[in-house]
Amino acid sequence: MKDEPVAKSLLVKLDSIFVRKEPLGLVLIIAPWNYPVYLTLVPLVGALAAGNCVVLKPSELSKGTEKVLAEVLPQYLDQSCFAVVLGGPQETQQLLEHKFDYVFFTGNPRVGRIVMAAAAKHLTPVTLELGGKNPCYVDDDCDPQTVANRVAWFRYFNSGQTCVAPDYVLCSPDTQERLLPALQRAITRFYGEDPRSSPSLGRIISEKHFRRLRGLLGCGRVVIGGQSDESDRYIAPTVLVDVQETEPVMQEEIFGPILPIVNVRSLDEAIDFINRREKPLALYAFSNSNQVVTQMLDRTSSGIFGGNQGFIHLILPSLPLGGVGNSGMGRYRGKFSFDTFSHHRASLLSPSGLEKLSEFYYPPYTDSRQQLIGWALGSHSCTLL
Amino acid sequence: MDPFADTLRRLREAFGSGRTRPAEFRAAQLKGLGRFLRDNKQLLQEALLQDLHKSAFEAEVSEIRISQIEIDLALRNLRAWMKDEKVPKNLATQLDSAFIRKEPFGLVLIIAPWNYPVNLTLVPLVGALAAGNCVVLKPSEVSRSTEKILAEVLPRYLDQSCFAVVLGGPQETGQLLEHKFDYIFFTGNPRVGRIVMAAAAKHLTPVTLELGGKNPCYVDDDCDPQTVANRVAWFRYFNSGQTCVAPDYVLCSPDTQERLLPALQRAITRFYGEDPRSSPSLGRIISEKHFRRLRGLLGCGRVVIGGQSDESDRYIAPTVLVDVQETEPVMQEEIFGPILPIVNVRSLDEAIDFINRREKPLALYAFSNSNQVVKRVLAQTSSGGFCGNDGFMHMTLTSLPFGGVAHFTDGETEVLLCVIGRAQVCPTCSQLAAAGLTAVSHATVQVPVGWAATTASSPSTPSPTTVPACCARPG
Repeated sequence: MKDEPVAKSLLVKLDSIFVRKEPLGLVLIIAPWNYPVYLTLVPLVGALAAGNCVVLKPSELSKGTEKVLAEVLPQYLDQSCFAVVLGGPQETQQLLEHKFDYVFFTGNPRVGRIVMAAAAKHLTPVTLELGGKNPCYVDDDCDPQTVANRVAWFRYFNSGQTCVAPDYVLCSPDTQERLLPALQRAITRFYGEDPRSSPSLGRIISEKHFRRLRGLLGCGRVVIGGQSDESDRYIAPTVLVDVQETEPVMQEEIFGPILPIVNVRSLDEAIDFINRREKPLALYAFSNSNQVVTQMLDRTSSGIFGGNQGFIHLILPSLPLGGVGNSGMGRYRGKFSFDTFSHHRASLLSPSGLEKLSEFYYPPYTDSRQQLIGWALGSHSCTLL
Repeated sequence: MDPFADTLRRLREAFGSGRTRPAEFRAAQLKGLGRFLRDNKQLLQEALLQDLHKSAFEAEVSEIRISQIEIDLALRNLRAWMKDEKVPKNLATQLDSAFIRKEPFGLVLIIAPWNYPVNLTLVPLVGALAAGNCVVLKPSEVSRSTEKILAEVLPRYLDQSCFAVVLGGPQETGQLLEHKFDYIFFTGNPRVGRIVMAAAAKHLTPVTLELGGKNPCYVDDDCDPQTVANRVAWFRYFNSGQTCVAPDYVLCSPDTQERLLPALQRAITRFYGEDPRSSPSLGRIISEKHFRRLRGLLGCGRVVIGGQSDESDRYIAPTVLVDVQETEPVMQEEIFGPILPIVNVRSLDEAIDFINRREKPLALYAFSNSNQVVKRVLAQTSSGGFCGNDGFMHMTLTSLPFGGVAHFTDGETEVLLCVIGRAQVCPTCSQLAAAGLTAVSHATVQVPVGWAATTASSPSTPSPTTVPACCARPG
């Protein structure tokens, strides 16, 4: 919250100059259903720390959690400065007709556009935490079991309903051959012979998403998993091969426990493939070679990047989280949240007297004075701070 | 027929080739900008004189020198700004490399205004180029002479595979905005700002909107009227009032108004002579349309100083109005001209209420001998920037970020380190400018190669503290 001093030039040595962090005012947080506690509370922490009043619109899809957020959470906050509003797309649209001083949205790009368009009417700044198809490049030079363990865990965690999970794998046919049995071993190890009875495997949030995902099981060829059960909204940890870029599983963000493998013949081809598509929220590269990982980082763009690692924010919570391009704008977590929900107001407090100094600038101008002013403006003496 | 498609495609291809990534390339572009200013200083001064009747001094201080300072700052700090920014690590990540990588967005569109057509074009351009983007520049068609130079001369100093100028009015700009850009930087009024943001929303393009507002200028009873009048008059009539951060109206008590009026007259006479119209230091209104708009405002309240106008010259005298009602046009729209209305309030509280009832302005000024008063205004209001007992000085500081609030943008969130707010209107933090136009949201964690981590062994959801097992057990 502290005023942040800034470097001063010669002209302003006697002034007090700083950046003041101010709350924006009334903040709207529209939260998603996949991590309904986490993705609601983390932005809320930032908004409150920055001194804003908050309207929270939790997801109506995660009904159990929505109830707790609506009925229990307000009891712990000052309700003159915090409110929960409920509803579906129609109510949210109505809510968005109002003016807010900031809108923080987590969800998919389609709705992200709607939120930003609504915000534009009021010139309301936004943070959009969206999604994308997060590529996961697996180099020939790697240990298949290690990679399979990590990729499987990141993919099937929360039954694949994670915006930063690897969405698809890019690797050579050779590596695919080594990866498949390793993936099967990882899945069996994590979820047992009958994943359906594992307490560690999630379920799909809704009928609609279940049906969408079940449809994707028809793409390419199922080599691991592929089972589903509507009564339970269960989809088995699945791996698909022989997928075409044009199939639905490679067109939309999967957001489920299905991992397609796409073959490429080289790192260059993988990079081209990635760069032809929308910028993703996360990008992963697995390789024993630092060179390969660095190249992938240098030649692509994404919200976040993990080399031989995933879920980087679970590991290091102080990292900023945000998308780029289609995967979003703005970032948050830790201090980045505080900054997101603050206005940084440039402030200069000058002594009221010392008019003699100001007189320097007043017209009419002589040539020599013009030169002197030009010089003083450009001076960069060391900061007094 | 899309006049822009080829240009945009060409620029995207150049970006895709990686041309703009190396620091050397970016530095060369910035140096090119510097040479453009040096080689064409006279040409630019003549253009500014034609467009706005800007004196050589104003052109130097508020357009050319200021832009040069940004260029120099960016050149000096380029490599430091480009560097991966390490983040503090926890136990879990001790063996990892964790940092924030600054990347260019890609294709940036800069839509520049007419009031400081060199400064408000070049300063964002510096940032965009320093950050490694390809840039499409849409200069204002209203400042015609400067537009010509930006369109015909400037490109020669830059790599034209990565930089293009497109010309046109509102219609062409609308067409341009249908295309997808990776960032849009707009300086102009809120009405058009909404249009720009709505267009950007279709492509999920982040924006920086440098808009405007009615910038209040509170003058306390406890002040030296002549000192205040000097400063306020200078800030108000500079560039004939066509400055987004100029004080738009004064709030003071009737008593202070009585003391301020003769002081304002003295300041105006001192700066512009008995016949301001013949002063080389006073600008002119940019266009017929704005002249007529401003002439209309002269009918509000009561003219106590100035009030003269001449259409043939687009001249409006430095003017002060009193007895203005809040409902009159002069208190409804941003004035953007050499007209200063004074609104009476009976107390500081009333002034603060008045200010807070209205849209958040871009700038806010408070003049008082009392620190307390200045600090109260700062604490109880909100605005893009704030100045106590001063005006333009903060604009000369490259270390202060410049940006509005509410009426603006989320480019803010893109910025890193001390900088916030967006990139920049007048001289300010090039770092901010550069950062604002960089895809900063990029966190990276790299684990040393060769770890047969056994973390994810347990199917149970690990808490963040157990995940570190991965890092703690190199294989």
